[in-house]
Amino acid sequence: MYTLLEMSWEFFKTGLFAVGGGLATLPFLYDMSARMGWFSTNDIANMVAVSESTPGPLGVNMSSYVGFTAMGVLGSMVTTCSLVLPSVICILIIARVLDRFKNAAVVQQIFYGIRPASAALISAAGLQVAKISLLNIKVFQKTGALMKLFNWKMIILAAVVLIAYKKFKFHPIVYILAAGAAGVVIGG
Amino acid sequence: MNARSNSELKTTSLNTAETSGSNALKKAGTGSMKNSRSESGEIRPAHKSRPALYLDLFLTFAGIGVSTFGGGYAMLPILQREVCDKRGWATEEELMDYYAIGQCTPGVIAVNTATFVGYRLAGPLGGVFATLGVIFPSIVIICIISAFLKNFAHSAWAIHAFSGIRAAVCVLILDAVVRMGKKSLVDRFCIVIFLAILAASLFLHLSPILYVVLAGALGVLISRVTKRNA
Repeated sequence: MYTLLEMSWEFFKTGLFAVGGGLATLPFLYDMSARMGWFSTNDIANMVAVSESTPGPLGVNMSSYVGFTAMGVLGSMVTTCSLVLPSVICILIIARVLDRFKNAAVVQQIFYGIRPASAALISAAGLQVAKISLLNIKVFQKTGALMKLFNWKMIILAAVVLIAYKKFKFHPIVYILAAGAAGVVIGG
Repeated sequence: MNARSNSELKTTSLNTAETSGSNALKKAGTGSMKNSRSESGEIRPAHKSRPALYLDLFLTFAGIGVSTFGGGYAMLPILQREVCDKRGWATEEELMDYYAIGQCTPGVIAVNTATFVGYRLAGPLGGVFATLGVIFPSIVIICIISAFLKNFAHSAWAIHAFSGIRAAVCVLILDAVVRMGKKSLVDRFCIVIFLAILAASLFLHLSPILYVVLAGALGVLISRVTKRNA
């Protein structure tokens, strides 16, 4: 019981101080592993791999994994709820304040500037994913062969997805699952 | 036993959210909750009862959570489809704002966005139910995988499947961004802000908070100087 409370507190702090998405929680988890010993750094490596290849937000997956490793199902519920609690409180306060001031000129002006910034940050994230999945940076650095820089199989797969997505407006999950199956078949 | 502890957890987080909501209300000094709701009420479907709406939020976001591979950004195309197109719970511009705010506030972006959409639709409890929805599939899936498939992530088929998934996800994210760009890049100043921040976030390693704050300040400055009508 005491451990659960401790875990809850540690993850609450992580949720409060890790600003800017799932990977921002990573340094907190290393720190936690060193201080509390609930899981090893080896666990963390496995945890990142599992979190990245399962559905759901990264930070949430990682906290569920840690909670489960240390304390089972109850542990994973406690860690995850503690992780999201600060952001829920924070967003509810911000949303309330915004509702009140949303017609103020200055708020409109701030959002006028923020929207392109938001689009830019999301584009950057999309391009990072493209870099990881469509290019072989490491192979290129080792061999220097330009043709090896491109992961042709994945580029073709991405092109097929793009064309299909433009042509048939199925739910995104359809393309994700189909691409996953294609990955198994062609061996990414 | 699991079910009971789950419901216990739910009630505790619900209580906290409620108190925080009413604190914020006191701070903001709004007269009545109803007024502030009706002001933003254009997105609220009136025909549904509150509990039905909470359930709807929970299930919708559980569906979104289970179809998101690769973190909060990968959620965007699915949010556009489920929340904007299909249900009309938020406009695309609002989603942009939620993402920008989600970058600067604590926590996972997917959760921040879910809380925002839920709150705008059904108040503080709506925010809580949307959040519980988005984290629920993760908890279930991760518990199953770490209990039975410890080496799942290192198996060849999982690695191959995921590289295929990533190829699709980057296409979906970039398509979602193009869709958003059409709405948010309304003039040449916006295009300059977009390009500058895109370049900066690709080549410098600074906190996204800095970019968002800077862009907000620029928005005010540009609007004042050009006397743009908001």
